[in-house]
Amino acid sequence: MIQFVQYLGRTTRTSFTKLGRGTFFLLHTLAGIGDVLPRPRLILNQMYSVGVLSFLIITISGLFVGMVLGLQGYYILSDFGAEETLGVMVAASLVRELGPVVSALLFAGRAGSALTAEIGLMKATEQLSGMEMMAVDPIKRIISPRFLAGLLSMPLLAALFSMIGIIGGFMVGVGLLGVDEGAYWSQMQDSLDFQDDIVNGVIKSLVFGFVATWIALFEGYDTIPTSEGVSRATTRTVVNSAFSILGLDFILTALMFGD
Amino acid sequence: MQHTSTQDTLVGLFVAAGIVGLLFLALQVSGLSAFIKEDTYTVTARFENSGGLKVKSAVSSAGVKIGQVSAIKFDPTTYESVVEMRINSRYNTLPDDTSASIFTAGLLGEQYVNLVPGGSDETLKDGSMIELTQSAIILEKLIGQFLFKSAEEKAETNK
Repeated sequence: MIQFVQYLGRTTRTSFTKLGRGTFFLLHTLAGIGDVLPRPRLILNQMYSVGVLSFLIITISGLFVGMVLGLQGYYILSDFGAEETLGVMVAASLVRELGPVVSALLFAGRAGSALTAEIGLMKATEQLSGMEMMAVDPIKRIISPRFLAGLLSMPLLAALFSMIGIIGGFMVGVGLLGVDEGAYWSQMQDSLDFQDDIVNGVIKSLVFGFVATWIALFEGYDTIPTSEGVSRATTRTVVNSAFSILGLDFILTALMFGD
Repeated sequence: MQHTSTQDTLVGLFVAAGIVGLLFLALQVSGLSAFIKEDTYTVTARFENSGGLKVKSAVSSAGVKIGQVSAIKFDPTTYESVVEMRINSRYNTLPDDTSASIFTAGLLGEQYVNLVPGGSDETLKDGSMIELTQSAIILEKLIGQFLFKSAEEKAETNK
Protein backbone atom coordinates (compact mmCIF):
# COMPACT_ATOMS: atom_id res chain seq x y z
CA MET A 1 0.00 0.00 0.00
CA ILE A 2 2.75 2.41 1.03
CA GLN A 3 4.66 1.38 -2.07
CA PHE A 4 1.66 2.14 -4.25
CA VAL A 5 1.31 5.63 -2.76
CA GLN A 6 5.04 6.17 -3.23
CA TYR A 7 4.80 5.05 -6.83
CA LEU A 8 1.83 7.34 -7.44
CA GLY A 9 3.61 10.31 -5.92
CA ARG A 10 6.81 9.66 -7.84
CA THR A 11 5.00 9.30 -11.18
CA THR A 12 3.00 12.47 -10.62
CA ARG A 13 6.10 14.37 -9.65
CA THR A 14 8.17 13.19 -12.59
CA SER A 15 5.42 13.95 -15.06
CA PHE A 16 5.03 17.48 -13.69
CA THR A 17 8.79 17.92 -13.75
CA LYS A 18 8.78 16.84 -17.36
CA LEU A 19 5.98 19.26 -18.22
CA GLY A 20 7.98 22.02 -16.53
CA ARG A 21 11.12 21.11 -18.50
CA GLY A 22 9.03 21.03 -21.67
CA THR A 23 7.62 24.49 -21.01
CA PHE A 24 11.06 25.89 -20.27
CA PHE A 25 12.34 24.24 -23.44
CA LEU A 26 9.50 25.80 -25.44
CA LEU A 27 10.22 29.28 -24.07
CA HIS A 28 13.90 28.84 -24.86
CA THR A 29 13.01 27.74 -28.40
CA LEU A 30 10.66 30.68 -28.92
CA ALA A 31 13.35 33.05 -27.66
CA GLY A 32 15.74 31.52 -30.19
CA ILE A 33 13.44 32.31 -33.12
CA GLY A 34 14.64 35.92 -33.16
CA ASP A 35 18.18 34.72 -33.84
CA VAL A 36 17.08 32.32 -36.57
CA LEU A 37 15.08 34.75 -38.70
CA PRO A 38 18.17 36.59 -40.08
CA ARG A 39 19.42 33.19 -41.31
CA PRO A 40 16.60 31.84 -43.50
CA ARG A 41 18.90 29.18 -44.95
CA LEU A 42 18.55 27.19 -41.72
CA ILE A 43 14.75 27.27 -41.90
CA LEU A 44 14.76 26.47 -45.62
CA ASN A 45 16.83 23.32 -45.10
CA GLN A 46 14.42 22.16 -42.41
CA MET A 47 11.36 23.04 -44.51
CA TYR A 48 12.79 20.58 -47.00
CA SER A 49 13.03 17.67 -44.59
CA VAL A 50 9.85 18.49 -42.65
CA GLY A 51 7.60 19.81 -45.42
CA VAL A 52 8.76 18.64 -48.83
CA LEU A 53 9.44 15.08 -47.72
CA SER A 54 5.95 14.88 -46.13
CA PHE A 55 4.37 16.15 -49.34
CA LEU A 56 3.88 12.76 -50.96
CA ILE A 57 2.27 10.97 -48.00
CA ILE A 58 -0.04 13.94 -47.40
CA THR A 59 -1.23 14.23 -51.00
CA ILE A 60 -1.75 10.51 -51.52
CA SER A 61 -3.58 10.09 -48.21
CA GLY A 62 -5.66 13.17 -48.97
CA LEU A 63 -6.67 11.76 -52.33
CA PHE A 64 -7.81 8.46 -50.86
CA VAL A 65 -9.57 10.02 -47.88
CA GLY A 66 -11.47 12.30 -50.26
CA MET A 67 -12.37 9.42 -52.54
CA VAL A 68 -13.67 7.33 -49.63
CA LEU A 69 -15.68 10.29 -48.35
CA GLY A 70 -17.19 10.71 -51.80
CA LEU A 71 -18.14 7.05 -51.98
CA GLN A 72 -19.52 6.69 -48.45
CA GLY A 73 -21.23 10.07 -48.57
CA TYR A 74 -22.92 9.15 -51.82
CA TYR A 75 -24.31 5.89 -50.43
CA ILE A 76 -25.71 7.60 -47.36
CA LEU A 77 -27.01 10.73 -49.07
CA SER A 78 -28.64 8.85 -51.94
CA ASP A 79 -30.91 7.16 -49.38
CA PHE A 80 -32.41 10.59 -48.75
CA GLY A 81 -32.26 11.68 -52.35
CA ALA A 82 -29.75 14.34 -51.39
CA GLU A 83 -26.77 13.42 -53.58
CA GLU A 84 -26.41 17.08 -54.56
CA THR A 85 -25.15 17.92 -51.08
CA LEU A 86 -22.22 15.53 -51.50
CA GLY A 87 -19.89 18.47 -52.13
CA VAL A 88 -20.92 20.08 -48.85
CA MET A 89 -20.36 16.89 -46.92
CA VAL A 90 -16.94 16.17 -48.42
CA ALA A 91 -15.71 19.76 -48.15
CA ALA A 92 -17.06 20.46 -44.67
CA SER A 93 -15.67 17.29 -43.15
CA LEU A 94 -12.30 17.82 -44.81
CA VAL A 95 -11.89 21.52 -44.10
CA ARG A 96 -13.17 21.43 -40.54
CA GLU A 97 -11.89 18.11 -39.24
CA LEU A 98 -10.13 15.59 -41.41
CA GLY A 99 -7.80 17.99 -43.20
CA PRO A 100 -6.14 19.43 -40.08
CA VAL A 101 -6.40 16.28 -37.93
CA VAL A 102 -5.33 13.54 -40.35
CA SER A 103 -2.55 15.63 -41.85
CA ALA A 104 -1.32 16.45 -38.33
CA LEU A 105 -1.33 12.75 -37.39
CA LEU A 106 0.56 11.89 -40.57
CA PHE A 107 2.88 14.82 -39.91
CA ALA A 108 3.60 13.53 -36.41
CA GLY A 109 4.30 10.06 -37.78
CA ARG A 110 6.36 11.14 -40.75
CA ALA A 111 8.16 14.32 -39.70
CA GLY A 112 7.83 14.28 -35.89
CA SER A 113 9.38 10.85 -35.42
CA ALA A 114 12.24 11.79 -37.76
CA LEU A 115 12.89 14.98 -35.76
CA THR A 116 12.95 13.08 -32.46
CA ALA A 117 15.28 10.41 -33.78
CA GLU A 118 17.59 12.99 -35.36
CA ILE A 119 17.89 15.14 -32.25
CA GLY A 120 17.99 12.12 -29.94
CA LEU A 121 20.93 10.71 -31.91
CA MET A 122 22.64 14.09 -31.88
CA LYS A 123 22.38 13.98 -28.12
CA ALA A 124 23.47 10.33 -27.87
CA THR A 125 26.54 11.01 -30.02
CA GLU A 126 27.27 14.12 -27.94
CA GLN A 127 26.96 16.53 -30.85
CA LEU A 128 24.75 18.79 -28.76
CA SER A 129 27.27 18.93 -25.90
CA GLY A 130 29.98 19.53 -28.52
CA MET A 131 28.10 22.60 -29.68
CA GLU A 132 27.80 23.84 -26.14
CA MET A 133 31.57 23.43 -25.75
CA MET A 134 32.01 25.73 -28.75
CA ALA A 135 29.67 28.25 -27.11
CA VAL A 136 26.96 27.60 -29.72
CA ASP A 137 23.52 27.35 -28.17
CA PRO A 138 22.14 24.07 -29.60
CA ILE A 139 18.58 25.23 -29.01
CA LYS A 140 19.06 28.31 -31.16
CA ARG A 141 21.09 26.52 -33.81
CA ILE A 142 19.28 23.17 -34.01
CA ILE A 143 15.87 23.36 -32.36
CA SER A 144 14.45 26.78 -33.27
CA PRO A 145 14.83 26.42 -37.08
CA ARG A 146 13.14 23.01 -36.94
CA PHE A 147 10.35 24.41 -34.80
CA LEU A 148 9.69 27.27 -37.23
CA ALA A 149 9.82 24.92 -40.22
CA GLY A 150 7.25 22.63 -38.60
CA LEU A 151 5.00 25.53 -37.69
CA LEU A 152 5.12 26.93 -41.24
CA SER A 153 4.73 23.59 -43.02
CA MET A 154 1.73 22.28 -41.12
CA PRO A 155 -0.94 24.73 -42.43
CA LEU A 156 0.37 24.32 -45.96
CA LEU A 157 0.20 20.53 -45.69
CA ALA A 158 -3.30 20.66 -44.19
CA ALA A 159 -4.52 22.96 -46.97
CA LEU A 160 -3.03 20.64 -49.57
CA PHE A 161 -4.65 17.65 -47.90
CA SER A 162 -8.08 19.32 -47.97
CA MET A 163 -7.70 20.49 -51.56
CA ILE A 164 -6.61 17.10 -52.87
CA GLY A 165 -9.34 15.42 -50.80
CA ILE A 166 -12.05 17.66 -52.26
CA ILE A 167 -10.74 16.91 -55.74
CA GLY A 168 -10.73 13.18 -54.88
CA GLY A 169 -14.35 13.42 -53.72
CA PHE A 170 -15.14 15.25 -56.94
CA MET A 171 -13.52 12.53 -59.03
CA VAL A 172 -15.53 9.77 -57.34
CA GLY A 173 -18.80 11.66 -56.85
CA VAL A 174 -19.02 13.49 -60.15
CA GLY A 175 -16.79 11.31 -62.30
CA LEU A 176 -17.89 7.82 -61.28
CA LEU A 177 -21.24 8.15 -59.50
CA GLY A 178 -22.79 10.89 -61.61
CA VAL A 179 -23.50 13.69 -59.10
CA ASP A 180 -24.17 16.97 -60.90
CA GLU A 181 -20.94 18.94 -61.25
CA GLY A 182 -22.54 22.37 -60.75
CA ALA A 183 -24.39 21.20 -57.64
CA TYR A 184 -21.19 19.76 -56.15
CA TRP A 185 -19.39 23.11 -56.26
CA SER A 186 -22.26 25.57 -55.82
CA GLN A 187 -23.76 23.84 -52.78
CA MET A 188 -20.28 23.71 -51.29
CA GLN A 189 -19.75 27.42 -51.88
CA ASP A 190 -23.15 28.28 -50.43
CA SER A 191 -22.69 26.26 -47.26
CA LEU A 192 -19.06 26.85 -46.37
CA ASP A 193 -17.97 30.17 -44.99
CA PHE A 194 -14.50 31.65 -45.35
CA GLN A 195 -14.29 32.94 -41.78
CA ASP A 196 -16.06 30.10 -40.01
CA ASP A 197 -14.67 27.13 -41.90
CA ILE A 198 -11.49 27.91 -43.81
CA VAL A 199 -9.85 30.28 -41.29
CA ASN A 200 -10.77 28.04 -38.37
CA GLY A 201 -9.31 25.05 -40.21
CA VAL A 202 -6.06 26.94 -40.73
CA ILE A 203 -5.99 27.96 -37.05
CA LYS A 204 -6.46 24.32 -36.08
CA SER A 205 -3.60 23.19 -38.28
CA LEU A 206 -1.35 25.91 -36.85
CA VAL A 207 -2.12 24.75 -33.30
CA PHE A 208 -1.51 21.10 -34.25
CA GLY A 209 1.74 22.02 -36.01
CA PHE A 210 2.87 23.92 -32.92
CA VAL A 211 2.08 21.07 -30.54
CA ALA A 212 3.33 18.21 -32.73
CA THR A 213 6.65 19.94 -33.46
CA TRP A 214 7.10 20.94 -29.83
CA ILE A 215 6.52 17.37 -28.61
CA ALA A 216 8.82 15.89 -31.27
CA LEU A 217 11.65 18.31 -30.54
CA PHE A 218 11.32 18.09 -26.77
CA GLU A 219 11.23 14.28 -26.73
CA GLY A 220 14.37 14.26 -28.86
CA TYR A 221 16.11 16.83 -26.68
CA ASP A 222 15.02 15.16 -23.44
CA THR A 223 15.89 11.61 -24.51
CA ILE A 224 18.06 9.25 -22.49
CA PRO A 225 21.22 9.21 -24.64
CA THR A 226 21.24 5.51 -25.52
CA SER A 227 19.86 3.66 -28.52
CA GLU A 228 17.04 2.32 -26.38
CA GLY A 229 16.31 5.82 -25.08
CA VAL A 230 16.08 7.20 -28.62
CA SER A 231 13.72 4.44 -29.70
CA ARG A 232 11.50 5.05 -26.66
CA ALA A 233 11.52 8.78 -27.26
CA THR A 234 10.45 8.26 -30.87
CA THR A 235 7.56 6.07 -29.79
CA ARG A 236 6.51 8.62 -27.17
CA THR A 237 6.55 11.35 -29.79
CA VAL A 238 4.07 9.55 -32.00
CA VAL A 239 1.81 8.46 -29.12
CA ASN A 240 1.81 11.78 -27.27
CA SER A 241 1.36 13.80 -30.47
CA ALA A 242 -1.64 11.69 -31.45
CA PHE A 243 -3.22 12.15 -28.00
CA SER A 244 -2.58 15.88 -27.94
CA ILE A 245 -3.82 16.43 -31.48
CA LEU A 246 -7.06 14.53 -30.95
CA GLY A 247 -7.67 16.04 -27.52
CA LEU A 248 -6.97 19.57 -28.71
CA ASP A 249 -9.17 18.97 -31.74
CA PHE A 250 -12.12 18.31 -29.47
CA ILE A 251 -11.47 21.49 -27.47
CA LEU A 252 -10.91 23.62 -30.56
CA THR A 253 -14.02 22.26 -32.27
CA ALA A 254 -16.11 23.00 -29.19
CA LEU A 255 -14.74 26.55 -29.09
CA MET A 256 -15.03 27.26 -32.81
CA PHE A 257 -18.15 25.59 -34.06
CA GLY A 258 -20.37 25.44 -30.97
CA ASP A 259 -22.31 28.68 -31.34
CA MET B 1 25.99 23.95 -54.40
CA GLN B 2 23.91 22.13 -56.97
CA HIS B 3 22.35 20.17 -54.15
CA THR B 4 21.17 23.17 -52.16
CA SER B 5 19.69 24.89 -55.20
CA THR B 6 17.55 21.82 -56.04
CA GLN B 7 16.49 21.80 -52.42
CA ASP B 8 15.53 25.47 -52.65
CA THR B 9 13.47 24.78 -55.75
CA LEU B 10 11.65 21.92 -54.05
CA VAL B 11 10.92 24.02 -50.97
CA GLY B 12 9.69 26.80 -53.27
CA LEU B 13 7.43 24.39 -55.10
CA PHE B 14 6.12 23.03 -51.80
CA VAL B 15 5.29 26.50 -50.46
CA ALA B 16 3.67 27.47 -53.77
CA ALA B 17 1.58 24.28 -53.73
CA GLY B 18 0.51 25.01 -50.15
CA ILE B 19 -0.54 28.55 -51.08
CA VAL B 20 -2.45 27.24 -54.09
CA GLY B 21 -4.21 24.90 -51.66
CA LEU B 22 -5.18 27.78 -49.37
CA LEU B 23 -6.37 29.90 -52.32
CA PHE B 24 -8.36 26.96 -53.65
CA LEU B 25 -10.06 26.55 -50.27
CA ALA B 26 -10.80 30.28 -50.04
CA LEU B 27 -12.07 30.84 -53.58
CA GLN B 28 -13.42 27.56 -54.91
CA VAL B 29 -14.66 25.97 -51.69
CA SER B 30 -15.98 28.87 -49.62
CA GLY B 31 -16.90 31.00 -52.63
CA LEU B 32 -15.17 34.06 -51.18
CA SER B 33 -14.80 35.61 -54.64
CA ALA B 34 -18.56 36.02 -54.97
CA PHE B 35 -18.49 38.44 -52.02
CA ILE B 36 -15.57 40.67 -52.72
CA LYS B 37 -16.04 41.90 -56.22
CA GLU B 38 -19.76 42.60 -56.25
CA ASP B 39 -21.47 45.78 -55.09
CA THR B 40 -24.63 45.42 -53.08
CA TYR B 41 -27.37 47.62 -51.69
CA THR B 42 -29.29 47.00 -48.50
CA VAL B 43 -33.05 46.85 -48.11
CA THR B 44 -35.04 45.85 -45.04
CA ALA B 45 -38.35 44.10 -44.61
CA ARG B 46 -40.50 43.52 -41.54
CA PHE B 47 -42.03 40.11 -41.03
CA GLU B 48 -44.52 39.03 -38.43
CA ASN B 49 -42.49 35.83 -38.14
CA SER B 50 -39.26 35.10 -39.97
CA GLY B 51 -39.28 31.39 -39.04
CA GLY B 52 -36.05 29.52 -39.67
CA LEU B 53 -34.50 32.25 -41.80
CA LYS B 54 -30.82 32.74 -41.01
CA VAL B 55 -28.08 35.22 -41.78
CA LYS B 56 -26.62 34.27 -45.18
CA SER B 57 -29.90 32.71 -46.34
CA ALA B 58 -30.58 33.36 -50.00
CA VAL B 59 -32.70 36.20 -51.37
CA SER B 60 -34.09 35.26 -54.74
CA SER B 61 -36.55 36.49 -57.29
CA ALA B 62 -38.16 34.30 -59.96
CA GLY B 63 -35.98 31.46 -58.68
CA VAL B 64 -32.67 33.25 -59.25
CA LYS B 65 -30.44 34.15 -56.30
CA ILE B 66 -29.97 37.92 -56.28
CA GLY B 67 -28.61 38.52 -52.78
CA GLN B 68 -28.49 37.29 -49.22
CA VAL B 69 -29.81 38.06 -45.76
CA SER B 70 -27.25 40.13 -43.85
CA ALA B 71 -28.95 40.58 -40.47
CA ILE B 72 -32.09 39.56 -38.61
CA LYS B 73 -33.20 41.62 -35.61
CA PHE B 74 -36.18 41.67 -33.30
CA ASP B 75 -38.00 45.00 -33.00
CA PRO B 76 -39.08 45.29 -29.35
CA THR B 77 -41.72 47.98 -30.02
CA THR B 78 -43.67 46.35 -32.84
CA TYR B 79 -42.71 42.74 -31.95
CA GLU B 80 -41.73 42.10 -35.54
CA SER B 81 -38.69 40.54 -37.11
CA VAL B 82 -36.59 43.03 -39.11
CA VAL B 83 -34.70 41.31 -41.89
CA GLU B 84 -31.88 43.14 -43.62
CA MET B 85 -30.98 41.95 -47.09
CA ARG B 86 -28.04 42.76 -49.32
CA ILE B 87 -29.03 42.67 -52.96
CA ASN B 88 -26.57 42.69 -55.83
CA SER B 89 -26.37 46.14 -57.44
CA ARG B 90 -26.82 44.58 -60.87
CA TYR B 91 -30.45 44.05 -59.94
CA ASN B 92 -31.31 47.66 -59.13
CA THR B 93 -34.54 47.84 -61.12
CA LEU B 94 -36.81 46.19 -58.54
CA PRO B 95 -39.92 48.38 -58.06
CA ASP B 96 -40.52 49.83 -54.58
CA ASP B 97 -43.80 47.95 -54.18
CA THR B 98 -41.98 44.62 -54.43
CA SER B 99 -43.35 42.11 -51.96
CA ALA B 100 -41.21 39.76 -49.88
CA SER B 101 -42.23 36.35 -48.61
CA ILE B 102 -40.34 33.59 -46.84
CA PHE B 103 -40.42 30.25 -48.61
CA THR B 104 -38.87 26.89 -47.97
CA ALA B 105 -36.82 25.17 -50.64
CA GLY B 106 -38.37 21.72 -50.76
CA LEU B 107 -40.07 20.07 -47.82
CA LEU B 108 -37.07 20.06 -45.49
CA GLY B 109 -34.85 22.58 -47.30
CA GLU B 110 -33.46 25.91 -46.22
CA GLN B 111 -35.71 28.91 -45.93
CA TYR B 112 -35.17 31.84 -48.26
CA VAL B 113 -36.68 35.22 -49.04
CA ASN B 114 -38.58 35.42 -52.30
CA LEU B 115 -39.12 38.84 -53.86
CA VAL B 116 -42.05 39.35 -56.24
CA PRO B 117 -41.79 42.63 -58.18
CA GLY B 118 -44.80 44.94 -58.22
CA GLY B 119 -45.76 47.53 -60.82
CA SER B 120 -44.48 50.82 -59.43
CA ASP B 121 -42.21 53.14 -61.43
CA GLU B 122 -40.00 53.93 -58.43
CA THR B 123 -37.23 51.42 -57.66
CA LEU B 124 -35.85 50.09 -54.38
CA LYS B 125 -32.76 51.98 -53.23
CA ASP B 126 -30.15 51.45 -50.54
CA GLY B 127 -31.95 51.64 -47.20
CA SER B 128 -35.46 51.20 -48.63
CA MET B 129 -38.08 49.25 -46.76
CA ILE B 130 -40.20 46.56 -48.36
CA GLU B 131 -43.79 47.18 -47.18
CA LEU B 132 -45.58 44.07 -48.39
CA THR B 133 -44.42 40.98 -46.59
CA GLN B 134 -45.68 37.50 -45.94
CA SER B 135 -44.41 35.50 -42.98
CA ALA B 136 -42.71 32.16 -43.02
CA ILE B 137 -44.93 29.14 -43.22
CA ILE B 138 -44.36 27.24 -40.00
CA LEU B 139 -44.82 23.56 -40.67
CA GLU B 140 -45.66 22.73 -37.04
CA LYS B 141 -48.43 25.33 -37.02
CA LEU B 142 -49.93 23.93 -40.21
CA ILE B 143 -49.85 20.39 -38.87
CA GLY B 144 -51.38 21.63 -35.61
CA GLN B 145 -54.19 23.36 -37.46
CA PHE B 146 -54.80 20.33 -39.60
CA LEU B 147 -54.98 17.96 -36.64
CA PHE B 148 -57.26 20.31 -34.74
CA LYS B 149 -59.56 20.65 -37.70
CA SER B 150 -59.80 16.91 -38.40
CA ALA B 151 -60.48 16.25 -34.71
CA GLU B 152 -63.27 18.83 -34.83
CA GLU B 153 -64.79 17.22 -37.91
CA LYS B 154 -64.66 13.85 -36.27
CA ALA B 155 -66.42 15.19 -33.19
CA GLU B 156 -69.16 16.66 -35.37
CA THR B 157 -69.78 13.47 -37.33
CA ASN B 158 -69.96 11.52 -34.06
CA LYS B 159 -72.75 13.73 -32.70
